[in-house]
Amino acid sequence: MSKLVSNIPGGPLADKWSNHKNSVKLVSPANKAKLDIIVVGTGLSGSSAAATLAELGYNVKSFCFQDSPRRAHSVAAQGGINAAKNYKNDGDSVFRLFSDIIKGGDYRAREANVYRAAEVSNQSIDQMVAAGVPFAREYSGYLDNRSFGGVQVSRTFYARGQTGQQCLLGAYSGLIRQISRGKVTMYSRRDMLDIVVVDGKARGIITRNLLTGEIERHSAHAVVLASGGYGTIYYLSTLAVGSNATAAWAAHKKGALFSNPSFVQIHPTSLPQLNDYQAKLTLMSESLRNDGRIWVPKEKGDKRHPNEIDEDQRDYYLERRYPAFGNLVPRDVASRAAKERCDAGYGVGETGLSVYLDFSRALEKQGKKAIESKYGNLFDLYEKITGINPYKEPMRIYPAGHYTMGGLWVDYNLMTTIPGLFAIGEANFSDNGANRLGAGSLMQCAGDGYFILPVTIGDYLADEIKTPRISTDMPEFDKAEKDVVEKIQRLMAVNGTQTVTSFHKRLGRIMWDHCGMIRNEEGLKKAIDKITGLKEEFWKDVRIPGTVGELNQELEKAIKVSDFFELGRLMCQDAIDRKESCGAHFREESQTPDGEAQRIDSEYSYVAAWEYQGEGKDHILHKEELKFEDAKIQKRSYK
Amino acid sequence: MDIKLKIWRQKDRKSQGSFVDYYLTGVSRDMSFLEMIDYLNKKLIENGDEPVAYEHDCREGICGSCALYINGRPHGPGDLVTTCELRMIKFNDGDTIVIEPWRAKSFPVIKDLIADRNAFDKIMEAGGFVSVNTGSAPEANSIPVPKPDSDEAFDAAICIGCGACVAACKNSSAMLFVAAKVSHLALLPQGKAESGKRARAMIARMDELGFGSCTNTGACEAECPKGISLAHIARLNREFLKEGFRS
Amino acid sequence: MNSFLNESVGRKFLVGISGLFLIMFLTVHLAVNLFLIAGQEAYNMAAYFMASTPAIRVMEPLLAAGFLLHIAYSSVLTFTNQGTRPQKYALVDQSETSSWPSRNMFVLGFLILIFLVLHLSNFWYNMKFGEMTYIEYGGVEVQDAYSLVTGKFIIWWYAVIYVAGAVFLGLHLVHGFSSAFQTLGLSNKLWYRRLKLIGTIYAVIIAAGFAFIPLWFLFGNLFS
Repeated sequence: MSKLVSNIPGGPLADKWSNHKNSVKLVSPANKAKLDIIVVGTGLSGSSAAATLAELGYNVKSFCFQDSPRRAHSVAAQGGINAAKNYKNDGDSVFRLFSDIIKGGDYRAREANVYRAAEVSNQSIDQMVAAGVPFAREYSGYLDNRSFGGVQVSRTFYARGQTGQQCLLGAYSGLIRQISRGKVTMYSRRDMLDIVVVDGKARGIITRNLLTGEIERHSAHAVVLASGGYGTIYYLSTLAVGSNATAAWAAHKKGALFSNPSFVQIHPTSLPQLNDYQAKLTLMSESLRNDGRIWVPKEKGDKRHPNEIDEDQRDYYLERRYPAFGNLVPRDVASRAAKERCDAGYGVGETGLSVYLDFSRALEKQGKKAIESKYGNLFDLYEKITGINPYKEPMRIYPAGHYTMGGLWVDYNLMTTIPGLFAIGEANFSDNGANRLGAGSLMQCAGDGYFILPVTIGDYLADEIKTPRISTDMPEFDKAEKDVVEKIQRLMAVNGTQTVTSFHKRLGRIMWDHCGMIRNEEGLKKAIDKITGLKEEFWKDVRIPGTVGELNQELEKAIKVSDFFELGRLMCQDAIDRKESCGAHFREESQTPDGEAQRIDSEYSYVAAWEYQGEGKDHILHKEELKFEDAKIQKRSYK
Repeated sequence: MDIKLKIWRQKDRKSQGSFVDYYLTGVSRDMSFLEMIDYLNKKLIENGDEPVAYEHDCREGICGSCALYINGRPHGPGDLVTTCELRMIKFNDGDTIVIEPWRAKSFPVIKDLIADRNAFDKIMEAGGFVSVNTGSAPEANSIPVPKPDSDEAFDAAICIGCGACVAACKNSSAMLFVAAKVSHLALLPQGKAESGKRARAMIARMDELGFGSCTNTGACEAECPKGISLAHIARLNREFLKEGFRS
Repeated sequence: MNSFLNESVGRKFLVGISGLFLIMFLTVHLAVNLFLIAGQEAYNMAAYFMASTPAIRVMEPLLAAGFLLHIAYSSVLTFTNQGTRPQKYALVDQSETSSWPSRNMFVLGFLILIFLVLHLSNFWYNMKFGEMTYIEYGGVEVQDAYSLVTGKFIIWWYAVIYVAGAVFLGLHLVHGFSSAFQTLGLSNKLWYRRLKLIGTIYAVIIAAGFAFIPLWFLFGNLFS
C-alpha cells in the first residue's frame, strides 16, 4: 500500500487546489531554462501542456507518431467541452459539475482531482476563446451552451460537431508558436517504445524514428505521457487506427502502476459494422440522442423496412425502461440496453446487431431546417457512409469501444509511481471513475495540460535544478535501447504467415466478447486463456514484411499489438477482481433483480492499481481507498 | 467486383518511383476505398510482397492524414470527401483506378503513396496562431463576437490540413490552406490584432517553401473536402495588402 | 511597399491592378472602334479627339507601362509556378473543378501578345510613323484612320486574325475580370459569384464587339 501516496492536499475540498497552488515549490525563470521536459503525445492535453511549459521557460521536447501534431486523435471529439460557467443561469456551479462527474463515474473517482477538474474548466474555456477557438455563439454574440450526456443543466460548449478539432487546433497553434520560438523541439513520426529510469527517476525515452527506423535516445529532467487511451485493443473502436497503448505500457513495465484497466466506455451511438474489412467504427455524436428516439421492433426478427413498422409495433426500450431520462440515459446504460435487445433477437439490419435511431418525431415537430442546423454534418456523414438518408428513414446504430477511463495511476500532482514521470489526459486514470460523462474528455485534457500539470510539475522540478542536463550515454539508456532493438529483432525474426491485423482482429473479438459491455468471471477467465494462446501464436506465426531500417507500417502495428496482448490480459484480471458492477463495468454476477448494475461500495470503493511482475505473470494489486466526504453517495438510477 | 489498380510505388525519398499494376478480385461495394487497399495489402503480405504504404488514422474525415490522388483528383471522385470517406460504391466492376501520392515540390514523396506535408507546419510556425500565453486570457464572454463572423471563422477553421488544395492546384499553391487560417483568425477579435502581420509572414513562408502562387482557378475550393471557400483567399489578400501598404 | 513585391501576393497585386487598368482601356478602345460602324467622318473625328486631347495623350505611356507590368509580373509568377511540381501526375482530371481559361491564362496572354504586336504594327505604327492620308472636316485636318483600318478588314485573313484575337481576349477576360477583383481582395462569397457573372458578360461584350467590326467590313465588302 505504501506505493500509493495520493498527496491530496488538506483543507476543505473547495480550497484544496488553491492551497496547493500556494504551497507548491516554484522554479525561477533562470532555472527553468536549464530544465528539459519530454512530452509524449500532441493531443489536447499534450499540446496544451507542451505549449504552456514552454511559455513558462522550460525546454520542451514534444513527440507524436503522426506526421504533424495537429492530427492527434483529440481532433475527432465531436460533442463538446463542459465548463461550470453557468452562462445559462440554470443553477450550475463548480460543485454541481463536480458531483455530476462523481455520480457519472459511479463513485469510483478521486474527489479532490475531480473537484479540481471542474474548478479549472472555466479557465480552459477562457484560454481557448482567447486562442481563437470558434465556439458556437448565440445571436447576441455571446457563447452558446447545450445540454449534453445525461445532465440536467446546459454547460457544454461546442463548435458544431467538431469541438475536438477546434480545441485541438487551438492547442496546436500554441504549440506551433513555441516551436517557432525554439522553446519546443518537435519530433514527429516517432513511436515511444521505452522509458528510461535512472536511480528511480524518469530521465528519458527511447523512440523509433518511423521514417528511418533509427532507434533514438532522448533525455530530460521529467517525462510527461499524454499518449491517450487504449480503446483500439478492441480492434474495431471509434478511435483512430493508430491510437495505441505502447507508451503507457512501456511506463507500466518500468514500474508505473496501471489503474482500473477494465473501465472502458462503450459508446452507444456508433455506426454498425458493414463488412469484414472494416478498420474502425464511425462515431455519431451522442448529441443525436437529444432529438433521436431509439427503438427496435416489438416482434423478434422483424425484417420489414423501418418506415413500414407502425408506431405501436415499435419498442422504444430506453423510454420504456428509464422513463425519467429516456433516450438520454448515460452511455453505459444505453449501450448495455442495446446489446440486451440485440442479444435477445430484436436487433435490426442484416447482422441483427443494430438498433434504430429515429428522428421522425423531431423532424415533424421542429422542422427539417432546425434539425439540419443542429445535426446537418452528422446526417451528411451518415448518408455518405451508408447511402441512407436519415431525414427519410431512421439511422442504424450500435455500441462501440470508445474511451478508456483506466490508465496510469497518478497522484494529485499527476505524477505516476515513477518519480518524474507524469501522465495527463486520457493516459491517466484520475477523473472519470468508472464511466465518463459526455463532453468530459476535452474538459479533463485541457485542464490537465493548460492549468494543472504546469503547476504541479514545478513542485517536482524545483528539486532538480541542480541536476545537470541528462546525458544519454548512461548505462540505463544503453540497456533500454538494447531491449527495444532486441524486441524488434525478435518480431522480425518470426517470419510467419499471418498478418499483424489478423491477430489484432482476433484479439479484439476476444476482448469485445468477454471484456466488453457485459462481463462474467467464467468468460473473463476464458478470455485470459484465449489471449495467452493467441499471443503464443503471434510470436510464432506473425509475418512482418520489409526491413527494420525503413518506414515499415507493419512493424509499427506489430509492436503495438504485441503490447495489447499483455494489456488485454490485465484488463481481464482487473475485471475479475472487481466483482461488482459499476459505471461501464457490468458484472453479470452483480445486478439488481430488474437487471440494473449493482454497485458494492462496502467492498469495492477503491482504485485498483496494478503492479507489473514480468511477462506472462499475474499482476499484483494495490488499492487506493476512495473517500467521499463532499459528494453525496447515491445509487446511480436513471429510472 | 474485380478492379485493376495502378499504384505508385517508391521505396524511399531518394528512389525513383514507378507505377505497378495490381489485379484485385472480390472487392465488395460495401468497402471504403481504404478498406479496399487494406484488402490488397493483406493479399500482398500473404504473398510475401511488401504492402503499399499510405497514411490514414481517424478514418472519419477529420484528422487529415489520408491523402491519395485517385483517377486524377485529390481524394478521388465525389465532393466534400476525404479519401477515407470515399466508398467503393463510386466504382464499377472492371474499372482501372490510378492511385498516386500528392505531388508538389514542397511535398516530397517519402514512400509509395506518402508525401511529406511537414511544410504545412512550417507555414503555421510563421504566424498561424494568436500570441496569447496560458493564464492571460480574459473571461470568455467579455468580448462578444457577432454570430455571422463567428460562423464564418468556423467555416475557415475546419481546415484539416490534408493538402488537397495543394495537390489540386496547377501551381501547387498553398493559398487556400493559408487563407483558412488567416481568415479564421482575422474574423475574430482575438486574432485581429496580429492579422496583417500574420498574413504577410505566412505568405512569405509559403513562397519560401516552394509553393506556387494563386491564379484563382478555383480547383482548391472544388477539391477541398471541407468546402473551404475562395472568399477566404480574398480576405487573405485583403489582410496582406492592408499590411503591405501600411509598412 | 517595396518589400511586399517580393511576396507572391504582392506581385499578384500588380498583375491584378494592371489588369483592371487594361480592362478600362479596352472599354474605351471598343467604344472608339464602334465609331467605325457610324462611318468615316465619325471614326476619324473620334480618333482625332483621342490623339489630340492632352489628358488622353498622357495615358499612352501609362498604358504601355500597364501592359509591361502585367506581362512582366505574370511571366515571373508563371515561371515560378512552373517549377512547383517537378514530378507530374500520370492522370489529371480537372474537367469538373476548374475552367479551361483559368488554367491557361498565360497561354491566352501570350497569344494576345502576339496579336498585339501585329495589331500595333498594322495601325498604331502606321498612324504614328507611317505615311497617312489626311482629310479635312470643318477646317480641321485629320488622319484618315478609317481607310487604313477598313482597308485591312476587308482582307479575309486579316479579319480572321482579328476575330481570333477577340476570342482570345474574351477567354482571357472571362477569368481575368473576377480574378483581378479576387486578387485585390475585393470579393466575398456573394460578390465572387456576382463578379464571375459580370466578368463573363463583360468578356462576351468585349469579344463580340471587337470581332463584330472586322466581320462587318469583311462581309459588307463581300456582299456590296
